[in-house]
Amino acid sequence: MIVGADLNRPLPLWKSAEMRLSCGYAVLLEVQKVAIEARRGQNSGTEVWHRESRGRYLRERLVKVVLAACAYLSVFTTIGIVLVLLFETINFFRQVSIVEFFTSTTWSAAFANPQFGIMVLASGTLLTTAVAIAVALPLGLLAAIYLSEYASTGMRRWLKPALEVLAGVPTIVYGFFALTFLTPLLKATILPGLPIFNALSAGLIMGVMIIPTIASVSEDALYAVPRSLREGGYALGATKREVATKIVVPAALSGIVAAVILGISRAIGETMIVAVAAGALAQLTLNPLQSVQTMTAYIVQVASGETATGTLTFSTIFAVGAALFVMTLVLNIIAYLFVRRFRETY
Amino acid sequence: MTQSSTRRTQTEGRPEPGADFRTSTSVRYGLDRLFTGLVFIATIIGLIVLAVLLVDVAIDGIPRLSWDFITSFPSSFPDNAGIYPALLGSLWLLALTTLISVPLGIGAAIYLEEYAPDSRINRLIEINISNLAGVPSIIYGLLGLGIFVNFLGPITGGRSIISGALTLALLILPVIIIAAREALRAIPNAVREGGMALGATRWEVIRSHLLPMALPGALTGTILALSRAIGETAPLIVVGAATFITFAPEGPRDAYSALPIQIFSWVSQPQAGFAVAAAAGIVVLMAVLVLANSFAIWLRNKYQRRG
Amino acid sequence: MDSEKTRKERTLSEDPERRPEVKRLQSRQPSPPVATGSEAQGITIEGLSAFYGSFKAVTDASMNIQANKVTALIGPSGCGKSTFLRCLNRMHEVIPGARAEGCVRLGDQDIYAKGSDPVKIRQRVGMVFQKPNPFSKSIYENVAWGARINGYRGNMDELVERSLRQAAIWDEVKDRLKESGMGLSGGQQQRLCIARTLAVEPEVILMDEPASALDPVSTQKIEDTMEELKKRYTVVIVTHNMQQAARISDYTGFFYIEHMGDPGRLWEFDATDKIFSNPERKETEDYVTGRFG
Ligand SMILES: Nc1ncnc2c1ncn2[C@@H]1O[C@H](COP(=O)(O)OP(=O)(O)OP(=O)(O)O)[C@@H](O)[C@H]1O
Ligand SMILES: [Mg+2]
Repeated sequence: MIVGADLNRPLPLWKSAEMRLSCGYAVLLEVQKVAIEARRGQNSGTEVWHRESRGRYLRERLVKVVLAACAYLSVFTTIGIVLVLLFETINFFRQVSIVEFFTSTTWSAAFANPQFGIMVLASGTLLTTAVAIAVALPLGLLAAIYLSEYASTGMRRWLKPALEVLAGVPTIVYGFFALTFLTPLLKATILPGLPIFNALSAGLIMGVMIIPTIASVSEDALYAVPRSLREGGYALGATKREVATKIVVPAALSGIVAAVILGISRAIGETMIVAVAAGALAQLTLNPLQSVQTMTAYIVQVASGETATGTLTFSTIFAVGAALFVMTLVLNIIAYLFVRRFRETY
Repeated sequence: MTQSSTRRTQTEGRPEPGADFRTSTSVRYGLDRLFTGLVFIATIIGLIVLAVLLVDVAIDGIPRLSWDFITSFPSSFPDNAGIYPALLGSLWLLALTTLISVPLGIGAAIYLEEYAPDSRINRLIEINISNLAGVPSIIYGLLGLGIFVNFLGPITGGRSIISGALTLALLILPVIIIAAREALRAIPNAVREGGMALGATRWEVIRSHLLPMALPGALTGTILALSRAIGETAPLIVVGAATFITFAPEGPRDAYSALPIQIFSWVSQPQAGFAVAAAAGIVVLMAVLVLANSFAIWLRNKYQRRG
Repeated sequence: MDSEKTRKERTLSEDPERRPEVKRLQSRQPSPPVATGSEAQGITIEGLSAFYGSFKAVTDASMNIQANKVTALIGPSGCGKSTFLRCLNRMHEVIPGARAEGCVRLGDQDIYAKGSDPVKIRQRVGMVFQKPNPFSKSIYENVAWGARINGYRGNMDELVERSLRQAAIWDEVKDRLKESGMGLSGGQQQRLCIARTLAVEPEVILMDEPASALDPVSTQKIEDTMEELKKRYTVVIVTHNMQQAARISDYTGFFYIEHMGDPGRLWEFDATDKIFSNPERKETEDYVTGRFG
């Protein structure tokens, strides 16, 4: 829409004239080049060698442009994301006050007198994320220590891809598992009062899903700690565990922090597990035994219903999406800075 | 650590450990053994959960599987419901996503690795790509909804297969680019210089030597990315994949469903019969994933043998 | 190899008035026995300096490389011989951050002139590297590839065979042309790389210690071909082997760094006999007589 409008507007005269001139000049240069090349070709050409092939150079130039366009596409993707989110978010804030959005403690988008307190959805996200990290941080870090310090090369070769599979299982499958296996299991054993939809099951399973993220980034960091540090520890009579936990882990700390932040960012953005297993009840709570609605789950709920373009509800999911995007972006940038700091140290 | 080692140094040469030497080696070794067990268990816990998940799904789903299930349309009666249009939709998505994302991703990787000078703007592209890899998939769904479904609706047909495929393609593009770049980076410079010293252009060297050498590595990453695309649910829900569809899609501009979408819709139903159908759907989805990955491995081995 | 004939054909094809006739003559014969490349060219270098980022590796080198002669470059390690050599076919700038200043003329063309295309320069000035770097393709393809991209339309089998023969490796590989070039020994790989360079029929061939990975027998074979090569090509070769330089070259350039941290300089350049028997400068004499390391 925006682009079309710009294109239709006529260019200012001076601008178009200048452009035409420079275009003409470029074409002239090109023609001259072709002529020179052709003449050279005649001079040095013999029967068997056709070294001066025009097509080659044209192709080279064309290929470069096409490839560059592929690379620049990623920039347009980002711009596209920002524009789409911004456009609808502005629409949203035309109708809802920013203050309400950030301070209200009620989220009731579907009601006659709707309230939009992002805190409510954010609390759901926070809750499931916290549970997930509580699972994934210890397991992921210990797994990283095992892979980096203890496992034999053969074990590493098998375990690393096996762990990666955990991140490759479709999240809808995890959601199904949390809802139909884990929640009933918890209900039947230790938590009889657990509702069918709850933050706990969703968070636990989400934790399993992000183990590989934390494990592989931390393992890279642990593995990069120089041998000399470890040997220094051993030379002082430290045991393997002492070297691993008291020398290697502290040395790799910024890498591990990056891993955890990436894990958090993954958990915040995760959608299907929470949409299936955590429920659709938007409430402000920090009790994992309750049903909550996360930001992502809200988007799914609205999107899977019938919502017409241009309505307030339609804009809402973009506003929530924008909040989500900003949160993950900030986390990713922080993680990037930590990784870079780690790289600089070693 | 520092403390105990200082102690250690002090005890060196003494016949008896001094009174300040309190850590007993046997306790420390015991702790070590315990810790070794702990890290190993931590590593395999995730795998155990995965195994339980697979078994649970298999127990629920496999008995429900039948030829009818594969070839039937969805139904409001759980026992008649099938996944035919969803399966077809997923295959359509897979094919189109591959066609769109693989050339774009490998092209971008080639540009960044082989052509781009080390300039500010190229570093910006790099940071941008790694950032895109961390953007939640549902945000891509919103992007697709805004651009492909609404803005380009007249071309794409709105909530159509091609909108879904474009969205998924953008989603996995960063992964493909990163994998292909790594594969290109692993090729020694001597290969490039050898080609260029013969008077070859960059592209000639790339096409004849670098691409064949990089392909196995790039393919592995690409297939992993594609299998992620097959399992993606959230962005497809947002760009409007249908949950209940009574015809098979015939072209890229048709409405469609997809396996994960169908599973999601069944999971959301209260009747127990639909949960069983969902489990059966998951078995099919996982089978498609395993097939895709086996294909990747086969392809990679084939190329490696030739190289 | 009938070089007599090569020369004659070349003079014919150089003569603009008679060229059409030659063409007709050639087109009647399905493929000429020896493909005609272009005339070997000399290289004139004036005030060449080469940089890696801000580090200056070579400063202000000037020399005249004669056509159809072998020019050897010698000097202690790290004094910029490879760098200098790579400047002669614009391979230096392939390294990120690397650039060259000064003037290099191939025949009468300034290869660093604004419009000059490095790809075309490299077609005319081939290069053999210090470490053998065959492509991971068949032996045949290794040789044929360069010729094909350079628009060779003649009989490829013949060209491949001729190039492999010139590089003294034909007998060793003629029964395994379809096998991968990576499967050869280091010395064989290097000769394959020489064959691959010869196959594009450049005017100048640059060799960066081509024999450093070779055993004495292969080295001998390479040296033997050198006499033959210089009839058709201008050859520039970097070598650490004094005897080799003295044996095969007509001219020798000695590169030297006087003080640590200085850029390398072309210390002396002269006819090989002169350099090895009666050089102008003391450092050259010390070096060629092995008086410093
Ligand atoms: N890629 C590079 N980046 C930065 N500096 C380089 C690079 N290649 C070479 N140099 C530096 O340039 C100087 C000249 O190197 P060059 O390789 O030309 O020496 P050389 O005379 O060929 O040595 P050798 O006989 O060992 O091959 C050296 O100081 C070297 O460290
Ligand atoms: Mg060298």
